[in-house]
Amino acid sequence: MTIDTVKHAEATPDHEQPWAELGLKEDEYQRIRDILGRRPTSSELAMYSVMWSEHCSYKSSKVHLRRFGEVQESAGIGAERRAGARPDNSQETAAGKLLAGIGENAGVVDVGHGYAVTFKVESHNHPSYVEPYQGAATGVGGIVRDILAMGARPIAVMDPLRFGPLEAADTARVLPGVVAGIGGYGNCLGLPNIGGEVVFDASYAGNPLVNALCVGVMKHEDLHLAHASGIGNLVLLYGAKTGGDGIGGVSVLASETFDEEGPMKRPSVQVGDPFMEKLLIECTLEMFADGLVVGIQDLGGAGLSCATSELASAGEGGMHVVLDDVPLRDSTLSPEEILMSESQERMMAVVTPDDIDRVLEICRKWDVDATVVGEVNDSGRLTIEWRGEQVVDVPPRTVAHEGPVYERPYARPSWQDALQAAGPQELPRPSTGDEFRTTLLLLAGSPNLASKAWVTDQYDRYVLGNTVLAQPEDSGVVRIDEASGLGVAMATDANGRYTKLDPYAGAQLALAEAYRNVAMVGAQPLAVSDCLNFGSPEDPDVMWQFAEAVRGLADACRALETPVTGGNVSFYNQTGDKAILPTPVVGVLGVIEDVSRRTPSGFRTPGQAIYLLGETRDEFGGSEWAHVVHGHLGGRPPAVDLDAEKVLADLVVQASHEGMIGAAHDLSDGGLAQALVESCLRYGAGARIRIPEGVDPFVFLFSESQARAIVAVPESEEERFADICAARGLPYQRIGVVDDGGDGAPTLDVEGIFSVPLDELREAHERTLPARFEA
Amino acid sequence: MSKGPPDVRIGVVTFPGSLDDRDAARAVRIAGGEPVALWHGDSDLYQVDAVVLPGGFSYGDYLRCGAIARFAPVMEPLIDAARGGLPVLGICNGFQILCESHLLPGALIRNDHRKFVCRDQQLRVENTTTAWTSGYQADQEIVIPLKNGEGGYVADERTLDELEGDGRVVFRYLEDNPNGSYRDIAGITNARGNVVGLMPHPEHAVDTVTGPTTDGLAVFSSCLNAAVEGVRA
Amino acid sequence: MARVVVDVMLKPEILDPQGKAVHGALGRLGFEGVAAVRQGKRFEIDLAGEATPEAIAEIERAAGTLLSNPVIEDFTIHVEGTT
Repeated sequence: MTIDTVKHAEATPDHEQPWAELGLKEDEYQRIRDILGRRPTSSELAMYSVMWSEHCSYKSSKVHLRRFGEVQESAGIGAERRAGARPDNSQETAAGKLLAGIGENAGVVDVGHGYAVTFKVESHNHPSYVEPYQGAATGVGGIVRDILAMGARPIAVMDPLRFGPLEAADTARVLPGVVAGIGGYGNCLGLPNIGGEVVFDASYAGNPLVNALCVGVMKHEDLHLAHASGIGNLVLLYGAKTGGDGIGGVSVLASETFDEEGPMKRPSVQVGDPFMEKLLIECTLEMFADGLVVGIQDLGGAGLSCATSELASAGEGGMHVVLDDVPLRDSTLSPEEILMSESQERMMAVVTPDDIDRVLEICRKWDVDATVVGEVNDSGRLTIEWRGEQVVDVPPRTVAHEGPVYERPYARPSWQDALQAAGPQELPRPSTGDEFRTTLLLLAGSPNLASKAWVTDQYDRYVLGNTVLAQPEDSGVVRIDEASGLGVAMATDANGRYTKLDPYAGAQLALAEAYRNVAMVGAQPLAVSDCLNFGSPEDPDVMWQFAEAVRGLADACRALETPVTGGNVSFYNQTGDKAILPTPVVGVLGVIEDVSRRTPSGFRTPGQAIYLLGETRDEFGGSEWAHVVHGHLGGRPPAVDLDAEKVLADLVVQASHEGMIGAAHDLSDGGLAQALVESCLRYGAGARIRIPEGVDPFVFLFSESQARAIVAVPESEEERFADICAARGLPYQRIGVVDDGGDGAPTLDVEGIFSVPLDELREAHERTLPARFEA
Repeated sequence: MSKGPPDVRIGVVTFPGSLDDRDAARAVRIAGGEPVALWHGDSDLYQVDAVVLPGGFSYGDYLRCGAIARFAPVMEPLIDAARGGLPVLGICNGFQILCESHLLPGALIRNDHRKFVCRDQQLRVENTTTAWTSGYQADQEIVIPLKNGEGGYVADERTLDELEGDGRVVFRYLEDNPNGSYRDIAGITNARGNVVGLMPHPEHAVDTVTGPTTDGLAVFSSCLNAAVEGVRA
Repeated sequence: MARVVVDVMLKPEILDPQGKAVHGALGRLGFEGVAAVRQGKRFEIDLAGEATPEAIAEIERAAGTLLSNPVIEDFTIHVEGTT
């Protein structure tokens, strides 16, 4: 069979090519021909088709995502930290400064003491529906390699997960597989899982969302960007051998919605090997430590096509690769297949000729296959040869960075007004003590509010010995420097229902919640990574949701001074014409000066006063109460007040640092009632709550107004605490006291309304998931 | 920070896939000893006073947990030294390796509920004469993190009766049995009391910032005292 | 070139949670009359030469020390093409 070489392509300009089957549009195919001045070879066609797919090129989202770059500029990369927000202003460090922004593999944030932290959240949604275990497992593998390619040691992972209804048969197929896959990969790799979410909603049936986040740490000087600079430098491919896994998974899977019958017949799912990835990490970090790596890139979606074109684009602009040198698991693979293969656990590094022997020695020590497959040059072209003939000769930037940019049409959906008008005001509300009690227990045991321990107990939270807080705390906290106690906090949040009611506000509310969650433990929020999960960009309704959400998130990031450092977009999450709830997941990273001062969320010490911070209003649009009790979604989400969020966050961070509070927990889904349930059950301490005079008990207990938290304050600190709240203009109310019930069993007691023994509360809250998944 | 007898060197072996080696080394340091990194491919124990086989997924748990690690070059001198009385501690994967090497009887199989479990586990210390538990009170109840997928301890009836009869059950699970281990056995020792294997992770319970308790520290400090009196590798 | 197959099974008295899970799944899928299921491992070993008695003895040694854990597992060996 003739190899489709460059020469052959030049000689056969009218040869029919399967550009449509590979996911390209006719005008895109024509553009490739224009770029090259001839038809592409089949290898080149394969490269362009994967790299120009939605998942890799962001063609539908680029025009909107530019807003995030504008936030970075206005936030002032390199600007000093704003005074007053940090408790200890004597620090000389410029924590919060961005060292690498959007466009690199992952955003890098300076956290002080010479350390930088990198983090990113990505999606692996479609593969996880097809093959839950491996889809989720390889999602973890991919994001970890991204972090590694920044020069960082991965230190923690988190997983925001969304599934169809808890009771649906398919959820029993997907959820346990996904959780086992995340645990199976992450635990073997040795990364603590410190947080995440598990959310159930009908709109995710058939389109589960499996987002994976990874955090890594490094010293400033270790920052490695994806450069291939240095003519004559060698291109090294190391890790697993290349096989036929997931060929075209990126372009085929990520850009197709599922039809009604379910997962596609073509198995484009990769299989992961966490042991190999563990060796890859140790090997790579040793290479970094010895200063042997000039540039590095991981092989993720689009495999070699991506790594070679990205590395070549970033450096002098030229690279030559000998494809025959790629170690293969399957010797029958064609050059196109080798270029599209998504075999896992592979990395590509650029190494000087002087250092290559030492690098190969390190790879040998860790038993990791490593082969030189190419060389950097100044040709301005990426050339790839196979059996001695040129099969690829392209300008690399056109592959990696100059993909199509679409201006997808978008328009406010025709149903949006009606949806916003159909608010929850008329829904019958509980009024008697019994009705309140029943409502509390119903919500505490409802799928989204119930304990997720069944899931999170399958993850190792202790490995690496630096986990300070993990789920179900408000954010995960990891110590990064034992001597100083410096640590980082991470939280992810999203609310699909709020976002459907108002995408602009919904995205802002996701950021507000993650920001608040980070502040609750006593950490200063610094930066954002987002994973935007939406339906089909070819649907103007969805595209409008996306555009509005990005606009909202960018505006909120500017207001809160937390720039977006990078992220991911996942489109096509829909079955037929039913899209998922628009779900922009927002991850916030924060820094905490001394992890020993962190504030947990649970009540622990009887006698401490419980304060409610922030303002409560009658806001039930998109609330858990409306959803669980009435199956209702309509109206407006709770009002966004970013100034109030900042005031609240700054206060809690200060109070935490100064040891004024024993616990802090933010209010979100389920309102005050849910926050009390969680804070009581955490360590088994009860609470006696009194609803303030003239306040509507239903609103007080279940409203989802934002910018609120409960804190436990020791009696000795109450006066000082009240003073600083007043000084900052933060509304505060003493609403009760932590109470262990004396000789009786601890209870959650809302005076005059209801009293629930913690045993009963625990049973309702913790039984839900085990009852569903334990046969 | 406690200061143990000076110059007690405790080796911590790293196999490909070991995960808790660094934490074991930290625990040794906090207890007052000097951790010595030992490489699986190196058949030399460098005259350490004791050895820890840490937790993790050596060789990815391929074939059986610990089945491949057991044949690593470092294991040859280790098995000899252990037979000669050198204190050896196997934590989780390390326990699996000790059983595969026949330094301890029985085996570890998949958790009966087939899931990985990570929890703060209540234990009772039932043998305080071993090299690794002399620092505990008899029948002391402690809380130590447990995290494994293949933690079910099994052995035939005769072996189990022998272990019980000789008082060689060192740690026992309290409250719920987390993995189906026979007789709720969480950790055992050999006849001499120098080799101890346990599924829970004492190295994760050495400071209250990152662990549920500091109950694990005594495992390492016990060894410092034992090592001073005992055998060098 | 000969292929030697080593089948490894848990000893009957050892709890087999995976076999139990498979048994349960078969039942849920409507397969009736399944009394029990046990799950094991199969190793296919391709020899460079023929399956001589010496070669088989070597495999037996490997089976008893590496491929199986005699504390909890039993093994059987056969040359492919025979039973």
